[in-house]
Amino acid sequence: MISIIIFVVLLVAGFGFFAMNVGKIRANILLGRDVNRSDNKGERIKVMSLIALGQKKMFKRPLPAFLHFCLYAAFVITQIELIEIIADGISGEHRLFRASLGGFYTFMISFIEILSILAFVATFIFLARRNLIKVPRLNMKEMKGWPKLDGNLILVMELILICFIFMMNGADEVLYAQGLSHATDLGDDSFNFAVSQFIGPALFGGMSESTLHIIERIGWWGHIVMVFTFLNYLPFSKHFHIILAFPNTYFSNLNPQGQFTNMDAVMKEVKLMMDPDADPYAAPEEPEGEPQRFGAKDVEDLTWKNLLDSYTCTECGRCTSNCPANQTGKLLSPRKIMMDTRDRLEEKGAGLRKNGKDYDDGKSLLNDYITEEELWACTSCNACVEACPVNIDPLSIIMDMRRYLVMEESKVPTELAGMISNIENNGAPWQFSPDDRLNWKDEQ
Amino acid sequence: MSDLMKVPTMAEMTANGEVPEILFWVGCSGSFDDRAKKITKAIVKILNKCEVKFAVLGAEESCTGDPAKRAGNEFLFQMQAMQNIEVLNGYEIKKIVTGCPHCFNTMKNEYPELGGNYEVVHHTQLIQSLIADGKLQMKEGDTFKGKRITFHDPCYLGRGNNVYEAPRSMLEKLDAELVEMKNCKAKGTCCGAGGAQMFKEAEKGDKEVNVKRTEEAMEVKPNIIATGCPFCNTMMTDGVKNKDQEENIEVIDVAELIATAADL
Repeated sequence: MISIIIFVVLLVAGFGFFAMNVGKIRANILLGRDVNRSDNKGERIKVMSLIALGQKKMFKRPLPAFLHFCLYAAFVITQIELIEIIADGISGEHRLFRASLGGFYTFMISFIEILSILAFVATFIFLARRNLIKVPRLNMKEMKGWPKLDGNLILVMELILICFIFMMNGADEVLYAQGLSHATDLGDDSFNFAVSQFIGPALFGGMSESTLHIIERIGWWGHIVMVFTFLNYLPFSKHFHIILAFPNTYFSNLNPQGQFTNMDAVMKEVKLMMDPDADPYAAPEEPEGEPQRFGAKDVEDLTWKNLLDSYTCTECGRCTSNCPANQTGKLLSPRKIMMDTRDRLEEKGAGLRKNGKDYDDGKSLLNDYITEEELWACTSCNACVEACPVNIDPLSIIMDMRRYLVMEESKVPTELAGMISNIENNGAPWQFSPDDRLNWKDEQ
Repeated sequence: MSDLMKVPTMAEMTANGEVPEILFWVGCSGSFDDRAKKITKAIVKILNKCEVKFAVLGAEESCTGDPAKRAGNEFLFQMQAMQNIEVLNGYEIKKIVTGCPHCFNTMKNEYPELGGNYEVVHHTQLIQSLIADGKLQMKEGDTFKGKRITFHDPCYLGRGNNVYEAPRSMLEKLDAELVEMKNCKAKGTCCGAGGAQMFKEAEKGDKEVNVKRTEEAMEVKPNIIATGCPFCNTMMTDGVKNKDQEENIEVIDVAELIATAADL
């Protein structure tokens, strides 16, 4: 009875704390400007199915894709076993579903076990890629400190989680074979689980009944405690992508990647300027609420999709490793743009929650996190957008910050100021007269 | 002037009561840059050879606003766009071919919201369809026999708009060997000119992007680097010079290759 109470408290606290932190992240994301991504539902579901569920873009790099898929599949399928653990925990039963599901139960647990072994191996390889082989994109300068620890912690948690599963199933298997398990006796002499029917006896064979029960309980409780630890670690970690990958791909930009947004605020003014019937002396319309900045200086100037992108980023670095500016030694790293956006959003969101909605900490994403030098190094080539396995768009953040620099602060590299004034004066980025546009026709 | 170099303007056509099938948007590079003008002429020759009824805007054409937009100056972009749209709509233009992927992308994707709705194609797409329709034949004993050609994907044609096959299918018509770089198509490395970089010095780094891309091209030992963009052409030409490969590697637009192969 006590264990049931402890379990239920753990369950409520685990989900409750998680829900609270997800709520904070949701509120942070909604600080962003609006952008309409509610159209084309059918297409959106297709994109989400292919990119998030099917991991299509991961498979551009087959080896990490395969390893990642093992972990992903194991994670998803293990949730089925979790349902039984929760049901057992609340009811005080043991292996509640085994009697009723019979052969299907054996099949499901065996499937989970095989995937868990693959995931175990994959996790070791991932740890090696981060710490021994030192894959370049996982060891760049923005990956020092917390991001490095974060990546390793998740992998270690996964290893521990898998160990608990095999302690639980392995010890229980040995007990069952001796008729000592708390699971309902179906008259057979083994659970016949694919992996633990072998490693159970190998690891725990010959141990006393009480020791086996203790190991089984450590495995069971350890598993559920790790699940809740993991769940509640997610909102503080880059690993949140396992959930956000789905909404993030659903809300993908469905336009061609080359198409940039036309700013509505600018459109109104330009249309007014170009309209021959406009009354030049008319009083300007009273803007509703506070006038918006042109472009982005801080996180609330970005769209909620940009902010969702930042929480979805799992810092894999495919964007940065494909970025031509980064490849040639420039400061720009698209991954750092996403990490900075999230870090600043966390900081800003916490400040607003603590000090009220008008709070200004005097900092901003621009300058305090992202420098002008990074922004001007971008060639807008879309390699980062193309590379991202979960359709994150660092380029639109870069462009919105350029817009702020140019239109609000008139900060533009000198040569570009020349190009801009040439377009203004001659309708071409160079100093040529528009009257000479057709000269090529008669030149040899 | 040969018949192949007839270039009617919209103003002339309208004065004669004629309507062109398609407007050739030459672009600033194609109009003013000495290297790009040759590409423009190649496109004109192909259009004339195939008896496509086209016109240009001439002095009425103005920058699409792409470099201003990518440099963050949305005001200037929209001013340029709306001026151009006024001209284009005034002539009731329905279809446009551009000689530059940046003009192509901007007019195809960013003009509709501002009131400019046209069918916009890149010159590689138009030429591909002309070849497919049998309107353009390559001469016997191709000039490019035995040459190795690699195609550098312009970002705003490839990743930007998913046009990968049109230029390649044109190159397949040549009697040359088409070789792909390791980073090609959706993985193609930028030449370094996009996002208004064409008009400024690069930020501090350890290499120029165009040099890196040229090195990638050199790995497949091409005689010709084919491009479909005047900016890429400039950047790759500079890259080839930087690597002292001018003797071995030429940088040529696909339109020029086809014009040469068709003996225009």
